[in-house]
Amino acid sequence: MMKQAFQSLIDTLGSALQAGENYTLGLSAEQSQFVRLNHARVRQAGEVSQASAHLRLIHAGRQAEQQLTLSGDRHLDRQRLLDALSQLRQMLPLLAADPYLSLDDSAWRSDSQQTQAQPDLNEVLALLEQEAGDLDLVGIYAAGPIWRGFASSFGAFGWHQANSFNIDWSLFHESGQAVKANYAGQVWRADDFTARLRQARAQLGHLGRAPVVLQPGSYRAYLAPAAMDEIAGMLCWGGFSAQALATGSSALQRLYSGDATLSPLISFTEQVSGSLSPAFSDEGSPRLDVALIEQGKPAQRLACARSAAEFGVLANGADSYESPCALSLAPGQLPREQVLARLGTGLYISNLWYLNYSDLPAARMTGLTRFATFWVQDGQIQGPVNTMRFDDSLYNLLGDQLEALTCERELILSTSTYGQRSTGSSHLPGALVKALTLTL
Amino acid sequence: MFDSSTLLRQRFAALRSTADLFSLRHVRQSHQALSVRRNVAEPPALSQDEGAMLTVRINGVEAYAATADLSQSGLQRALEQAENLARQIARYSLLDLRDQPVPTGRHDYLSPHFDQPMPGLADCLGLLAEESASVPSDSRLVDWQASLGMSLVEQTYLNSAGAELRQAQRFLFPGLAVTASDGQDSQSRSLGRENFGQQGGFEIIERCGLRGAARQVADQALQLLQAPNTPSGVRDLLLMPDQMMLQIHESIGHPLEMDRILGDERNYAGTSFVKAADFGRLQYGSSLLNVTFDPTLSEELASYSHDDDGTPASKQFLIQNGVLLRPLGGALSQFRSGLGGVANSRACGWNRAPIDRMANLNIEPGDQSLDQLIAGIEHGILMRTNRSWSIDDARNKFQFGCEWGQLIEHGELKGIVKNPNYRGISARFWRNLAAVGDRSTFQVLGTPNCGKGEPNQVIRVGHASPACVFSAIDVFGGDA
Repeated sequence: MMKQAFQSLIDTLGSALQAGENYTLGLSAEQSQFVRLNHARVRQAGEVSQASAHLRLIHAGRQAEQQLTLSGDRHLDRQRLLDALSQLRQMLPLLAADPYLSLDDSAWRSDSQQTQAQPDLNEVLALLEQEAGDLDLVGIYAAGPIWRGFASSFGAFGWHQANSFNIDWSLFHESGQAVKANYAGQVWRADDFTARLRQARAQLGHLGRAPVVLQPGSYRAYLAPAAMDEIAGMLCWGGFSAQALATGSSALQRLYSGDATLSPLISFTEQVSGSLSPAFSDEGSPRLDVALIEQGKPAQRLACARSAAEFGVLANGADSYESPCALSLAPGQLPREQVLARLGTGLYISNLWYLNYSDLPAARMTGLTRFATFWVQDGQIQGPVNTMRFDDSLYNLLGDQLEALTCERELILSTSTYGQRSTGSSHLPGALVKALTLTL
Repeated sequence: MFDSSTLLRQRFAALRSTADLFSLRHVRQSHQALSVRRNVAEPPALSQDEGAMLTVRINGVEAYAATADLSQSGLQRALEQAENLARQIARYSLLDLRDQPVPTGRHDYLSPHFDQPMPGLADCLGLLAEESASVPSDSRLVDWQASLGMSLVEQTYLNSAGAELRQAQRFLFPGLAVTASDGQDSQSRSLGRENFGQQGGFEIIERCGLRGAARQVADQALQLLQAPNTPSGVRDLLLMPDQMMLQIHESIGHPLEMDRILGDERNYAGTSFVKAADFGRLQYGSSLLNVTFDPTLSEELASYSHDDDGTPASKQFLIQNGVLLRPLGGALSQFRSGLGGVANSRACGWNRAPIDRMANLNIEPGDQSLDQLIAGIEHGILMRTNRSWSIDDARNKFQFGCEWGQLIEHGELKGIVKNPNYRGISARFWRNLAAVGDRSTFQVLGTPNCGKGEPNQVIRVGHASPACVFSAIDVFGGDA
């Protein structure tokens, strides 16, 4: 249905295009069920049906773009698209020629449809009540199909449908401490969800112990994959971007300029193949798997077509924001079951929160512990640690202070729903570091 | 403006429902983003968005369905979806809203100068190109950008109790940023952007000071590149309004959101160090601290007559003479908590439900000029323009960084320093408020980027503040 609607828009553009004009057309749509939970009850529930098209018109070396909401009524949507085309057509002569206009004029094809049945909300809520009705559970359930499409006047066509669900929750202990958990994917299995709920319940037991109060200082620490995801998320914020690297705005400036290195254990890749992300970028290029850092040394940078033209680098299918959508960090040698023993005495950090740069060129970042952070002594969990702030450089944490990465990695599906449900993910191991600087 | 009202009214009147109460919130918004980066105009980006959220209440249980299909059948279908969902979740529902009061107001609200025509695309791009071209030629200036965002938003709220609330608003976001780099270190200086947005017409460009600013902004970026790092230590801290807005936002605004205190946000945005029992009792700051929820400053980003649940908005003191008085809680939070509140139930669009948000959250001016504030500092630092923000999930332990620092010794401004950062704890920080600037230091600012909620929402918030001095704050620089 959605694909047919998209094809109808493509047909409309095909017949409305004038000589010398080209277009690209993106589509983004979802039908989502959102259920917010608090105290293991439903706090707010709703369903959202949304679809938007993103039209870019190119003519005589000029380009402009418009995003428009689609109503689902083909006649109305056709008219909206023609109105947008007309508006862009009137705008182009007012613009100067764009020296960085760069188009992928290949007629590539891509089609991925994953249409697994979605969980039944009644079943989800009944299971929650049965397994967690006595707990202080808070979180969100989001589920439904997501569509992404792309077409161009050059004959490119990409289609991506993924039915997915993501239930993200926290269990709060009466002490105020909490355990964070998540169950997400494309194939719902009640047994797997039950197991996750029970695993989180079991972890709550550790939170009843007396909290350990730490003073600012330097501590050995284990960063679980979810905590690593926050650090990786900061690197996604321009770290690998060709534009940011060329204009002094990347936290990895010194790495890519050869003035600094990371630990040889560190190999980051944009691993699009096999991920939940569309196989094509928002500007209409097939996405590639891209080695970003290899054994601590810089490899490629993420370059969209515009950056390629502006900075003389090769485009490699990056989105216009040049941020990874499926960042992968190679695994290490440390078995997960040996983490506490290898940590010995230090911090076990399940999650980090609200990271930002305190000195971007030095890749120095600050943030806080959140959810289930424990003090470990001689390989034994002693008790939860109250929220602590760290402030440290990536060149320390993933550089000379990095001791080991775990063999096992976690596939973390983004819970982001800003504007629309994200298809992003990361695939990360945990990290054992010799020293993490806590400041507050 | 409001050209869809007649049709919406007709379609709303024709809806059939068995719900005890139902409402429709229609939102139509357009946005235009223009930018000139390194003297090259980036492709103009336009957007048009329109849809509606139908909300029902059945036996005290509410549910919603959001759709872009505004036909009679599309709205009816969404209404029935919401009804079905309300029945489906009934046995699991946290709240019983049977006794929650229902809004019945009828009112129109317009941004100032809403009908004033705006300059055309070519003129706007011309202004941005002129500023971009004014950045001096210097190999250390590696990036610069002049930008202008403009949004038009029309919203209509109708409910089965007879309410009809319409608002039409225009928002402008001018900005300028320059980055200087020597290959090792980079320093940026900006004007506007995430720190400045207002409602109104083109007069906002003048108020922002964008025109003619590029040369000075570039010069300041170069000064920062050559400046020493901010020294570490305890100093008195003079925050200018474009950092005060972030300080207010993170360490007063978020902790006072009632839905956080009620636990709704604990899985994502977090909780609060403030407890329900603290209202009316807690000495939040020094006696100089007066914080208002103020929807009456017409140019401020979140000025409106009613919030998105239909509650009439009025100016309220949240903190007076340092004492915490009332939370940022909309009608639902007030019903749930039994506490007072304000009209701050807001949604970012038609596809997200209203929740407790900041709106205009301001600090009232004091009685000292900027010169007096500086003269009163023996060993301190002035910081302006936020660039980094981080705070814990209870909104207590924070660390913020600014673009621009200037040391103060013996009551006089001294040298410029780079990477000015400071850290503190909200529960104590505001008690160190030592002096508050007068109206001459007061600026109306705001940001379009406040994120919160599950599903996530990003919304516009306004913050107006004078310059303020805080005593004995932990200040430090960077590594570079």
